[in-house]
Parts: sequence; structure tokens; C-alpha cells
Amino acid sequence: MSVLVYTENWDGKFKKLSFELLSYASQVAEMLNTTATALSIGKVEASELGKLANYGVNRIISAEGEGLEVLDNQAYTRVIADIALKETATVIILSNNNTGKALAPRLSVRLKAGMGSGVSRLPLSIDPFVVLKRAFSGNAWAHVAIQTPVRIITLAQNSFDVIEKNAGAAVERITVQVDGALMNTRVSDVQKQSGKILLTDADIVVSGGRGMKSPDNWGPLVELASLLGAATACSRPVSDEGWRGHEEHTGQTGKIIAPNLYLAIGISGATQHLAGVSSSKYIVAVNNDKDAPIFESAQYGIVGDAQKVLPKLVEAVREMKTR
Amino acid sequence: MKILVCISNVPDTTTKIKFVDDNKKLDITGIQWIINPWDELSLTRALELKDDPASGVRTVTLAHVGPATAEPTIRKALAIGADDAIRVNAEPDDAYYVAAQLAEVVRTEKFDIILCGIESSDHNGSTVGGMLAEILDYPSVSAVSGLNVTNGQALINREIDGGREVVTVPAPFVAIVQKGIAKEPRIAAMRGIMMARTKPIKVVEPTAVEKLTGVVGYELPKPRAACKFIDAENPKMLIEILQNEAKII
Repeated sequence: MSVLVYTENWDGKFKKLSFELLSYASQVAEMLNTTATALSIGKVEASELGKLANYGVNRIISAEGEGLEVLDNQAYTRVIADIALKETATVIILSNNNTGKALAPRLSVRLKAGMGSGVSRLPLSIDPFVVLKRAFSGNAWAHVAIQTPVRIITLAQNSFDVIEKNAGAAVERITVQVDGALMNTRVSDVQKQSGKILLTDADIVVSGGRGMKSPDNWGPLVELASLLGAATACSRPVSDEGWRGHEEHTGQTGKIIAPNLYLAIGISGATQHLAGVSSSKYIVAVNNDKDAPIFESAQYGIVGDAQKVLPKLVEAVREMKTR
Repeated sequence: MKILVCISNVPDTTTKIKFVDDNKKLDITGIQWIINPWDELSLTRALELKDDPASGVRTVTLAHVGPATAEPTIRKALAIGADDAIRVNAEPDDAYYVAAQLAEVVRTEKFDIILCGIESSDHNGSTVGGMLAEILDYPSVSAVSGLNVTNGQALINREIDGGREVVTVPAPFVAIVQKGIAKEPRIAAMRGIMMARTKPIKVVEPTAVEKLTGVVGYELPKPRAACKFIDAENPKMLIEILQNEAKII
């Protein structure tokens, strides 16, 4: 019996998301009175792998093998499932990000393991094994009982605090061979934005809606974001109009985020928008309509025109920085 | 080439969610039911491909696991333009159970491309598509934001953290679809609504499959404290509160 946590790497690097997962996994292991093992797949430098030891896991397995530089869902599922079986893992934890969403359901079938997805807290109980997950697009929480001996959890991003604790885990390297017949994904092109804070990783998000009036008015919003070390986002009408790229759309059908601070500028706060941001720790809204629904979800608000308020916010943050 | 679009029947996204039976069941009083938004986008893209003679796509079929009460939603999807539909007559209350029923549909009818929405707006599971692929031993591509098909060859855009990749997998495959796959959902025209009345919905009984999970209850999010308003002439005050009171910047 053990807890296995898959920690993905991004071009050979780990990030906060990985450390959240490890912290969560070691807490789950504690609840079950067992150990936690981190699993990394693909080529990662020893110094980077060493970082995984700082968040409470007892073992670190680094699996390398031919063809694993491309995420093929079938191949990766096989690698994780085989290691889970070998380690007799009873709980397997992945992120609820794109990769976790691609792999966890396949693993669930392969291991006949029930799955709780988008989980944001430690299990509510161990016997029966019940997890709390997002339901009805943020309008409710569901308590889901996982009825199988092996369980899979995908953890919502930014939902669990990083806990530093070194249990002295050393890196164990293994080589895996995956049946070539399973590797069917061919990548013919990759486009990546560089230098930008990813929306799903950001602690602070500054987001603009229709109240920004025109794509030409985004200057102060971007400046405010950059001063705060924040990512930029937008509401659906803004991305539908092409004012901002669709990768910035937060809301039910766009990105679901949970930053510490969500600053909504000129966003009225339709149910579908709130579905994507309601897990934020703080929501702060600037809107010229005092009856806008966004104020029902916000802790702090300013009733005012975005164009007038934004430059003053920029000025205030700049002043704060110089103090 | 045949496309299967899997659809869920979900409460309208503006529904005020309430529960009954000691918070164990959704209160369905007055709920408007709709096609799950991501499934609607998948359907739209499938129909766009069918409209393009160069794609090689000939038919678009719907699959749904749910009771007869879901038929208006299936009819709506037929009115938008799908050719026919298969409904598995069962309660869709566990993702694995649903995926296993869909797998039976695929085994019987055979499709080249299977489209599933990345999540449903009710259970937000993001599970059925991947499970279906693993049961069938098919390749799957998740977070698909673009699908082009030329003479039966599919080119897929998949979203990755901070970017996207263009990938190919051999058919048959499952594409798990997100925003971007189609610009806007296609709307049923009057002609489509008339034609949908006579399009076939085949009803099949479920196969016996063990469920892996069960919802034991729901809770509503705690209401947030009332908003504190700050004078629009003095936004500096807000920054001070965020720094000193909330301590988040």
C-alpha cells in the first residue's frame, strides 16, 4: 500500500503545481498511515528531481524511456499503471490540468480504480473513501464515494497549500520500455508563448471585460498586471470579439482558475463567468454598474468607470512599490 | 468516414442550483435542460466537417446515455443537423458506467472519430472521453481546440500549458474537445427542427457494468461576505487594503 503522485515536468522543470501535488499526496499518505512516492516521467536533471524531496514524499522514482518526450496518452497510461501495480499503490494522484485530465480517466479504466476529479481538499473520510469535488460548474460541491480498492484523485490547481517537509527521499532511476504500437501520437508543430505568466499558474490575475470598451484600452490593465506580477485574463465576450486571445478567456467554457486575487475590471459577472473564477481567494471588482452581479461575489469593489479607475490603480501600485 | 458525437443533457448554465432529499439529489423543478456546452461545440465542428466534401466525413451520429426524459435535448441536437442518434436507456450516475455503455455503442456501430466534450457542466468530471478510449484501446487526444479532416486524415490542435501542439493519431480515435473547436455553436433552423421530428433515435438497453463511484451528497458554496465598497475617487485605498489587510499583494 502506498500513495503514488505523478509529477509532470515542463521542459525538464517542475513548478508550484508539482509541489502542491506532492504536499497533498504526503498528507493523504499520512491519513492512510502509509508512504508517498513521487513519479517523474521523462528526462529531468538530478538537481531538479532533488527538489521533489522537499515536500514530504518518501520516495522519488524517475522513469525514462524512448519516445516519452511526446505525451502519448496510451503510452503514459501504461507507464504509470505498471509502476502503480508494482508499487501496489492504493491512491494515485495527478493534477487536474490538461495532462491529468488526459491520463487519469485512462488509468482509472486500466486499474479499475474509481476516480474523483477536480478535488480541492483532503479526502473527507478514508473508510468509506469520500472526496469533495467541484460540481455544477462551481455552483455546488459533490461528496463522491470511491468504491474501489484503488482510487484516483485529480487535484484542482491552486487549491492546496505547499507544505515544506524533507523526508529524505533519494532519487531512484528506472528505464521503462513502452510497446511502440502504443505510441501513436505524432507532433508536427508546437507553438508556445514565452515570458508570460501562465493564467493557470498565477497568484494574481487582472481580468478585463466588456466594460473596457475597446481592444485599444488594454494598456493600463496590462501595466497593472505587470506591476503586480499578475497574469492577464478576460471575459468571454472579449475573447469572442477577438480583443484578446481565447487562451485568456476565464469562465465556464474557458479556463477555470483559483488565484489568490482576481481583479475583475469592467466584468459584470454572469453565472458563466463566475463559474471559472469563484474559487479565487479574493475577488475584487471595478464596474460602473453598482448592481452588477460581480459585486455579490466580490469582497472589495469600486463603482466607477474602468478607464478612469485603472490609471489611478496603476499609480497607487507604483507608489506602493517605491515605498 | 463516420463521426460519433457523445452528448450530455445538463441544466441550463444559468440555473439556480438547489438540492432535495437531504442534499442528496438535484432539485429538477423548473430546470431547462440543454446540450452540454462542449458537446454542442463538438457537434458544430462535426457538422462543419460533414459540410466540407473534401473532409471525407459522411455521417454524424449522436450517442447519449440517459432516460427518455432526455429526448428533447437529443431532438434539439438532431435539429442542429446530426443524422441520427442512439440513446442508452440508463441513469448516467457514474463516469465509468457511462463510458462502458458508450463503448458498447461504438463496438456495435463502428465510428472513425469519436468526439466527447472535455467536461459536462453538471459533474465537471473530465472523465468519460478518456475512459471510453481506454476501454476501446483507442488513441485519445485531450484538450482538443481544433480538428481538421482532409480525405479522412485528421490534424488535431491540442492545448498544452502556455501553447498548443498540432498532432496526429491514427483513426479510430477519441478527441476530447474544449473551447476553440468551433467558433460558436450552430443553431437549429426551422427546416432542421421539422426534419429532426422524423430522424431516428435508436434506444438500446444498458449492459451490466459495475459502478466505481457514487455521489453521497452535495453542498452549496458558502455565501461570501458582503462587498466592501471603496470610493472611486480614491482607488489608492483599495491597494492599501489589499496590501495591509488582505495581505495578498
